[in-house]
Amino acid sequence: MSETQYLAAKTIEEAVKAHSKANGSARFLAGGTDLLVQIKSGIKKPELVIDVKKIVELNSIKELSDNEFVVGASVSGANLNRNHKFAKLWPGVLEAFRLIGSEQIQGRASLGGNLCNGSPAGDSVPALIAAGCKAIIAGPDGRKEIPIENFHKGPGKTILENGEMLVSLKFPKREINSSDVYLRMTPRTEMDIAVVGCGVNISLENNICTAARVSLGAVAPTPLLIEEASEIMVGTDLNSDVLDKVAALCMQACNPINDKRGTIDYRTKVAGVLLKRSVLIAIDRIKGN
Amino acid sequence: MNEISNKWIGKNTVRPDGAEKVTGRAQYSSDTTMPGMIWGHVLRSPHPHAKIISINTKKAEALEGVKSVITSKDIVDFPLDKPVMLGIQDMRWMCRNIMARDKVLFHGHPLAAVAATTEAIAEKACNLIEVEYEILPWAIDIEDAIKDDAPILHDHIHFDGKPSNIAGTLEHKKGDIEEGFEKADVIIERDFKTEAVHQGYLETHSCLVSVAADGRATIWSSSQGQFMVRAMTSFLTGIPQSNIRAIPAEIGGGFGGKTIVYLEPLATVMSQKTGRPVKIVMNREDTMRASGPTSGSKSKIKIGATKDGKIVAAQGIYYLQAGAFPGSPIRGAAGCSLAPYDIPNAHTFGYDVVSNRSKVAAYRAPGAPIGAYGVECVLDEIAESLKICPLELRKINAAKEGTKAVHGPVFPKMGYIETLDAAINHPHYKAPLGKHQGRGVASGFWFNAGGESSAQLNITEDGNVVVTTGHPDVGGSRASIANITAELLGINHDRVSVLIGDTATIGYSNLTGGSRVLFASALVVTESAQIVINQLKQRAAKIWGIDEDAIDWENGEARPAGDNAGKFAPLTLAEIADKATATGGPIGAGYQVNTEGAEGGFATHICDVEVDMDLGIVRVKRYTSIQDVGKAIHPDYVEGQLQGGCAQGIGWALSEEYIYNKDGHLDNTGFLDYRMPVCSDLPMLDTVIIEVPNPKHPQGVRGVGEVPLVPPLAAISNAVYQAIGKRSYSLPMSPPKVLKIIEGS
Repeated sequence: MSETQYLAAKTIEEAVKAHSKANGSARFLAGGTDLLVQIKSGIKKPELVIDVKKIVELNSIKELSDNEFVVGASVSGANLNRNHKFAKLWPGVLEAFRLIGSEQIQGRASLGGNLCNGSPAGDSVPALIAAGCKAIIAGPDGRKEIPIENFHKGPGKTILENGEMLVSLKFPKREINSSDVYLRMTPRTEMDIAVVGCGVNISLENNICTAARVSLGAVAPTPLLIEEASEIMVGTDLNSDVLDKVAALCMQACNPINDKRGTIDYRTKVAGVLLKRSVLIAIDRIKGN
Repeated sequence: MNEISNKWIGKNTVRPDGAEKVTGRAQYSSDTTMPGMIWGHVLRSPHPHAKIISINTKKAEALEGVKSVITSKDIVDFPLDKPVMLGIQDMRWMCRNIMARDKVLFHGHPLAAVAATTEAIAEKACNLIEVEYEILPWAIDIEDAIKDDAPILHDHIHFDGKPSNIAGTLEHKKGDIEEGFEKADVIIERDFKTEAVHQGYLETHSCLVSVAADGRATIWSSSQGQFMVRAMTSFLTGIPQSNIRAIPAEIGGGFGGKTIVYLEPLATVMSQKTGRPVKIVMNREDTMRASGPTSGSKSKIKIGATKDGKIVAAQGIYYLQAGAFPGSPIRGAAGCSLAPYDIPNAHTFGYDVVSNRSKVAAYRAPGAPIGAYGVECVLDEIAESLKICPLELRKINAAKEGTKAVHGPVFPKMGYIETLDAAINHPHYKAPLGKHQGRGVASGFWFNAGGESSAQLNITEDGNVVVTTGHPDVGGSRASIANITAELLGINHDRVSVLIGDTATIGYSNLTGGSRVLFASALVVTESAQIVINQLKQRAAKIWGIDEDAIDWENGEARPAGDNAGKFAPLTLAEIADKATATGGPIGAGYQVNTEGAEGGFATHICDVEVDMDLGIVRVKRYTSIQDVGKAIHPDYVEGQLQGGCAQGIGWALSEEYIYNKDGHLDNTGFLDYRMPVCSDLPMLDTVIIEVPNPKHPQGVRGVGEVPLVPPLAAISNAVYQAIGKRSYSLPMSPPKVLKIIEGS
């Protein structure tokens, strides 16, 4: 039985180097709310666990310029929740993140971990995609930025190569008259996993949509960006005909599985319903601002 | 006793176990540890049904740190040809359930166990055990298990003259249903289906067993009965009961599921072999996979009534999953389902069906929720078709004192109609409903039970009181016994300590189940207290030099019965205790008996739901349970029992179910996918306590804990109908199912 080694890295370089050297048998540990459970149940058996919480950049929230945020990959939900400015700019991202686990889990779980776990049903991912967020990745050859919608390759699989580490999540500079929403369908009110998740991010000017991004989770092997949605939505007043069209588009984009959590038929229908509800809430949020 | 005004009975006194529990000091089974202790792990079947060709344990035994490896050869075998009953459990099945012989019968069925110096080594050793299987076809659902060509689990079980998975039947009959249905103006017949659900106790099964060099075993475990643990372990290991001491731990939930053993005999045998204490803790996955859920079911209910709402005939046919071994709760389904009603012609029939699932265990009013579900839903349809208020329909047909129940007994004074009147008059029943909201009602009955109990009541040297009983406290029995003892002795509640004895320190007491504990233990505590009061009077008589008949016991003091008795200042309990040595020695008494006079309990529930018409999600918005509890000795605890039952009923109705995959494996072994409701899924669960004292009990006690799980399934189902205008006939009413019903596809 090979024992698992533990390394609390102090710098990005140290973490990346150790990961690279382990040749695929290392796992990064942020909050551990997925990883530790996977180790305990025998799904993952890493030889090396690299704790990244002691790396300052990964654990900080920065405002690059006014309304432009970068959130470290291991920042916990509880910490992000305390940043009132971020909460005001990105209510959808925060409400998605806040749905992950209980109060106790929120003290540990991170946006970065939720992303790197690679689940098609990760709650924060559709919200990040809708937000137009980018993943900043450090590796042996330096840093790169990848749009979140390109981050996943399949259930449990991401584009991260050996030696690459998610450092932070870079949000676009927030424009005025914009808001985002995340809705999910779960049988329980909380402590549950999304049967369908829907992230919507829109901007309005004089009641006309000037920008829109729509993303769905748990309806395909990876979270989806519904690219055509913005073409249909931008330039309209988001009336019910428009929403019907976008809902139909969402349903078309669904490629879910039948499993214990939901049927193909059900998931597909729910995607359309959540899209419409999300857009209406986003409009309300903008008008309420 | 029933009519007197009470000082302590009916008061919400501070619970005796509260401080320890909220400060984390209460000792649960898995908190127990011993020097030299080793860890056990159980190897479980990866197949739902297979012949065991061979088990080779050599590699496991050779692993460093492994101290013992056992298989069914190490467990006492009870041959299949004759039953060996211990209460309602047959040791033929029990020995095969804790360790498979010849065949594995469900995914997760134990077939070997290892004890080693660490849990990880024990687990690793289990994986080194080589088992050769001949995989057999399997049947999970009732339909598949009762087909003509179904794979047969037990060749010796016959039905209709041939091998079958129908392991038993049970029938109740009253009058002539054919004649009855002929008189009916409306007849409704429906098929219902429910899924297996788990009790969901948060504390998984666990035990620590130490067998000393002289062969005497001590067992610390989480159970609903230390005497059950002792007896079953004795049967399954061959150690006489006198050489086993079973110590009950605080229990982290049981709900019926801890009324049989899984681990204790295995740990005992391995401790016997190694001379080391052995601890085994089941994980959540194995608890879900291999410890008892309650049955899934299919049933057919047919009820006929006249235009004026009189039920003239009723029939209920029930098929219940038993799991891999016979013993589903058909008695609860067939016996309780029609009990709230006075029906001239009735027939209920239950089939006990084995299939390749884990053996079912008791779950809060076993079988009764399944029985009530179909009946109470059909009554809702009858009420609708006759345009009668569903509560009025129930009132027209309500059983009352003197009614002969379909399952046999004649009811004494009881409070079913009182629950209906309280429901009709409750503000909840009249409150307006919002959009996509609906309201449903249903009633329910549970037998309740008596049985063996023992108590010991001792006066301490400083004049306080220690009461010991023999039942693990799952719902407030210690607090309630303290109230009753204080009342009887006329002393302050805080002068009474109530303890749960182990099998060596208190007389035999049947397990905590059947809502029997307070009923039975209050009886033996009352008898013990009467003896002690007589002793106290005798001591006072000695001190005063007068006849003991001339002494009264009042407000915790001995007093001369009247002026003729003499003029003496009262003697308090403390004063008498202080002189105990001089007046004859220690003061205390015990009493043990097979208690009789348990009477059933009735409840009526009102439920409001709101349905998300686009997503099919049902949320319970308001819930009121109304129950005849006999006498609420500790009302807070009674309320807690009512609320707990409703919460479990809401889970059963809406979100909980055992899901098996195509390989016959349980697919939702964790709480993420086995969806018990969380707090935010539940509204405030309102309760109304009705007190119609049980005439056969000194304090009027009826069982309380199980009745509240009987009505919710139908109450919620009927509410969903009112909200969406279409009926559901199967549980759980999960969002995809409800959406399909709404869309009518």
